Amino acid sequence: MGKRVGMEVAIASAEAAALCKFDVAAVYPITPQSHVAEHLSDIVNDGRVDASFITVESEHSALSAAMGASATGARVVTATSSQGLLYMHEVLPITSAMRLPIVMLIANRAISGPINIWNDHSDIMPQRDTGWISFFADNGQEVVDMTIQAFKVAEHREVMLPVNVNMDGFQLTHMVEPIIMPDQGEVDRFLPEYVPYATLHPDRPVSMGTLAMPEIYAEAQKAKNVAIVNSKKIILEVWKEWEKLFGRRYEPIQAYRTKDADVALVTMGSMGETAEIAVEELRKQGVKAGLLKIKLWRPFPFAELRKAVQGIRVLAVTDRACSFGGPGGPVFSEIRSALYEEPVRPAIVNYIIGLGGRDVQVEDFMEMVRQAARGKLSEPYVFYGVRG
Amino acid sequence: MLEIRWHGRGGQGAVTSVELLALSAIEEGKYAQGFPSFGPERRGAPVTAFNRVDDRQIKIRSGIYHPDVVVVLDESLVALVNVTEGLKPTGILLVNTTKTLAELKKNIRFEGRIATCDATGIAREELGVPITNTTMLGALVKLTGAVKIESLDAPIKERFGRIAPKNQAAAKRAYKEVRIISKGSK
Repeated sequence: MGKRVGMEVAIASAEAAALCKFDVAAVYPITPQSHVAEHLSDIVNDGRVDASFITVESEHSALSAAMGASATGARVVTATSSQGLLYMHEVLPITSAMRLPIVMLIANRAISGPINIWNDHSDIMPQRDTGWISFFADNGQEVVDMTIQAFKVAEHREVMLPVNVNMDGFQLTHMVEPIIMPDQGEVDRFLPEYVPYATLHPDRPVSMGTLAMPEIYAEAQKAKNVAIVNSKKIILEVWKEWEKLFGRRYEPIQAYRTKDADVALVTMGSMGETAEIAVEELRKQGVKAGLLKIKLWRPFPFAELRKAVQGIRVLAVTDRACSFGGPGGPVFSEIRSALYEEPVRPAIVNYIIGLGGRDVQVEDFMEMVRQAARGKLSEPYVFYGVRG
Repeated sequence: MLEIRWHGRGGQGAVTSVELLALSAIEEGKYAQGFPSFGPERRGAPVTAFNRVDDRQIKIRSGIYHPDVVVVLDESLVALVNVTEGLKPTGILLVNTTKTLAELKKNIRFEGRIATCDATGIAREELGVPITNTTMLGALVKLTGAVKIESLDAPIKERFGRIAPKNQAAAKRAYKEVRIISKGSK
C-alpha cells in the first residue's frame, strides 16, 4: 500500500528511480539537483540496486554516457538542472532520435546571465523541440509518481522515447514534505522489466545513430514526430493504470474549479498549488475563478486543452520563462496557437512570473485574475510585478 | 497552520531542525513542510529556515513572511538581524539566551510573547558541544505543541544514530526548562 514518509523531494526522486531498479546512473551534480546526484550515488554505493554509477566530467558526458548505457539495453537515469541542461542540449535530440528510453530528473532552475541559481523554467524551455516527453510535477508526490511512470512510458514498445520529469528547483527539491512511497512489490507489478528493441552487443553488431542523407533525414524527423504524438495514447493508458493501482489520478491538464469559471489561471509546476489557494480565496469573494494545471508539456495535449477551456471567458496563462522578442511566454504562445481555430475561444492574457526565484504569493495570483477579468492587459504580455 | 522561521548561523543546524520538526509532524500523521532559505550557505553567516505544520494538506509554496513563531539559535544574531520582522503580534519569539527581558529589549522591538532557553548551556552539558538545534526543538515543541515531545525521538535517532540519546535528552531538558519571560501586551 505504500508508506507515508517525510522526505526531501530531491531524495524522494532518487528513491523513486531506485524503486524502478535502474541499471545505470550517469549524473553530474549541479545546484539545486545535487541531492539527487548524491543520493543516486549513495543508493548504488550501498548496493540497494544492482547498478553502476558513472561519474562523468560534465553534463554533456553524463547524457552521452547515459545514451551509451541505454544502447546496450540498460535502464538508465540521469539528472540535471539549468546550465547543465543547456550543456546537454546538443545530446538531447540524439537521445530521442536513437529512441533511447532514458529518464531525466530535472531540478528546474533559471539560466545565466545574470548568474542565478533559483527556480524558473528557462532551462527546460529550450529543450522543448528535442523530442523528449516532458512531465511537470506540482509536488513531491507527483515527482515520485511521475518518475516511476516515466520509465514505463519511455520503455513502452510503442513509445521508445526519453522522458524528463520536471520538478521546481528549491521550491520542490529542497522541501521536506509528506510523500507516499510505493512498495517495491507494487512498483514491480506496475513496471515490467525493460525489453529493448535493439541493443549494442559485440556479438551481434548493429549501427545506431548513423548519418542520414537528405534522402532519409526528413523521414527520420517525421518518424520521431509521429512517435511522440502517438505517445500520448500510451501516457494516458499508463496514467489510467496508475490511478487503478495507486489511487492517484493524473491528467495532461488538471482542472481545478473550472466548471463554472469565468477566469481561469494556467500554471505549470509547483506554483499550481499556491494558485489553487488563490482560486479558493477569490471564490469566497464571489469571483468565479478556476485553474488549469499543465502536467504534460510534450507531447502537448491539444485536445484536452480545447475541452478544458470550454465555457471559460478569460485564460490567464502564466509562464516561468521568456521568449525574448517573441509573442509572449512559451506556454502562452502554445495555448493561443492551440485555440486559434476554435470557433469560440476565451480571451487569453499572459503573465511572465517567478523568474529566477522571484516569489509569487497567493495575493499575486488573485491580482492577476482581477486584472485578467478585463479580458485584456496593458501589453500583449506582462512581466508581473517587475520593475522597469 | 503554524508557520515558523528559524534564525541561525551556517553550520548551527537550523536546516536540520526544520527537517526534524517536519519529519516528527509527518510521522504523527500531520502535514508539514521544512525548507531552507533557498540559495547558497556559508558557515557562520546568518541563515534562516522554515516550517509549516498543519492538520490539513498544505498547498502553499510561497515564502513565509508572517510567521507565528521565530526561533533564534544564536543570540548574537539579535543585534545583527531584525529577527522579529513580520512576526505576528500574537506570535512567539524564542531565543537561546540567558539574558533578561530588559537586556533583550535593547535590540528587539516586539510586544508579543517572548520565551528564552539556555540552550547553549544545556547543549554543553548534554552533548558536550554548543550546538543547540535539537535542544531548541524541545523548547519550541513545549511552547507550540506542534508535535508531541516523544515524536522527536524517532527522527533524531534516524539522524544522529549513536549520539541520538544525548540529543533526545537535550531536547527534553529544554522542553522542561524553557521559560516565557514576557507574556506580551496583546
